[in-house]
Amino acid sequence: MVTGYGRLEQTVRVWLPVGFFLVVALFPFYWMTITSIKPDSELYNRHLMPLLVHNPTLKHYIDLLTQTHFLLWTWNTMLVAIVSTGISLVLGVMLAYPLARMRFAGAGLIAMTVAAIYLVPQPLLFIPLADVINRLDLGNTLTAVILTYPTMLVPFCAWLLLGYFKTVPKELEEAARIDGASRLQTMRRIFLPLCTPGFISAGIFAFTLSQNEFLYALIFLTRSSVRTVPVGVIAELIRGDVFYWGQLMAGALLGSIPVAIIYSFFVEHYVAGLTSGSVKG
Amino acid sequence: MSIRSEPLVGLARPPRPALSRSGWLDREAVFSWLMMAPPLLFLAGLVGYPLVYGILLSLQDRAVAKPGHFVGLRNFIADFHDPIFWRVAVNTVVYTVAATLLKMVGGLGLALAMNQHFRVKNLVRALLLLPFIVPTVLSTVAWMWMLDPAFSVVNRLLIGIGVSPPGPSWLGNPALAMFSIIMINTWRGLPFYGITLLAGLQTVPPELYEAATIDGASGWHRFRFVTLPLLKPIILIVTLFSVIFTFADFQLVYVLTHGGPNNATNLFATYAFDLSMGAGQLGLGASVALAMLPALGLLIVALTLYMRKS
Repeated sequence: MVTGYGRLEQTVRVWLPVGFFLVVALFPFYWMTITSIKPDSELYNRHLMPLLVHNPTLKHYIDLLTQTHFLLWTWNTMLVAIVSTGISLVLGVMLAYPLARMRFAGAGLIAMTVAAIYLVPQPLLFIPLADVINRLDLGNTLTAVILTYPTMLVPFCAWLLLGYFKTVPKELEEAARIDGASRLQTMRRIFLPLCTPGFISAGIFAFTLSQNEFLYALIFLTRSSVRTVPVGVIAELIRGDVFYWGQLMAGALLGSIPVAIIYSFFVEHYVAGLTSGSVKG
Repeated sequence: MSIRSEPLVGLARPPRPALSRSGWLDREAVFSWLMMAPPLLFLAGLVGYPLVYGILLSLQDRAVAKPGHFVGLRNFIADFHDPIFWRVAVNTVVYTVAATLLKMVGGLGLALAMNQHFRVKNLVRALLLLPFIVPTVLSTVAWMWMLDPAFSVVNRLLIGIGVSPPGPSWLGNPALAMFSIIMINTWRGLPFYGITLLAGLQTVPPELYEAATIDGASGWHRFRFVTLPLLKPIILIVTLFSVIFTFADFQLVYVLTHGGPNNATNLFATYAFDLSMGAGQLGLGASVALAMLPALGLLIVALTLYMRKS
């Protein structure tokens, strides 16, 4: 194994499969990027080598930012994602803490119901929800999505936090109780500050899920000024049969960057959350 | 520690002051239900109520902005006689089964490839998860451009290696369109599978492999009789997850093919959307969406029970 041949074999055994997965996973992003900086004359020229850019240009970005509401959509998306993530974390804690720490009749049933609600996919709910939102007169307001996103995020956060809470030792809380703190004080002052990693995991997941949401935003937000990035890009950069591919790719790339940045900072938390879901159950 | 903590738990429960308000609030059941009431009310209002209301809608001839009348099972009978409905049902099953199998096999391959020692492993893992992180609609638009009828980069690369121009019509041919949505769903979901299984692989104690090797097990046998049985619970959970969310998929198909060509890629969710939001037939659309419920309900109950057990 220490010989040069062994090391070569080792390298091939790792990088042949890993390299394949990497190329497949990343090529669409490469293609997004170079399309967004190609001038139209190159985009629609079948005689040029497609994998390289010959005369890079920022024209598509400038058009995207000046001719569409892209910046407004980005603002809407961030606002919705941050507010609905915040709401979901708070409500999620309120569900998860009693389920993780208290003994009361019905706890098992509630825990199962929460897990089941997390698994109910949106297509089962969007038609009646559209009617509800209409009756509440919330169509074309960000409130409509801020209110509906937590329907999938709350059960998710509760479930992830429940798993995390159970791994936190009880001794500190017990000590606080002996010292006369109420249950609420114990939870807020002693317990929750210990759970920051759990909140980061759940928060990043909730944030990426909100950024990813499309169906509710598509139905509830039909005016350009209230749209989120995914809906804006699909509804306004594809006009009839005309595709503005340069702008579309610029929009897709810019729209992916906030999630990618946040994810890159907290990737370990993200992976921990991902695996705790199925490994620790 | 565990021996000592038992009596401490007993001590930690202070004697309850009878009937004082703070004492009442500190009872476990009271505290729990008060704490859980707001989120439970929220979920009852925005998940429970719509679910029930959706069932009522499916029994009405309700159209947009018109009051509906109770029509019994007429919407479901209409579905039963609707050839598109059956096309949609078959499409959904084909899409779910094919994409899930590909994700399972590919994800296992990814996990095995990543479960070796090499530098920059964490960076590679982070990069591999990107397709799963990036908003589906945005990456699907990139795929749409990569499969564009006139300027598909995939076809240009295929022509480069000898396929005759113009190359396959990925989104225009019914069978190829189904193939395309399956592949793109796999592209997006495979990292989730792979990284989750990798975490599972890393919990397999190395002694088990050593013992198996001493007993003369080959690489394949070690995989088949050590790795796979230990991974089974994780594979099962991830698969149920994947099946539920692939079965009810909407975004990818809506963006890439909009159910076309000629309903070849129409799924339950996209068809229900077209009927309700496109044609304004809320009742009929609700009945198509609810047609997913028996299968989904079964899967959800199975997964919930399984997660509870483990």
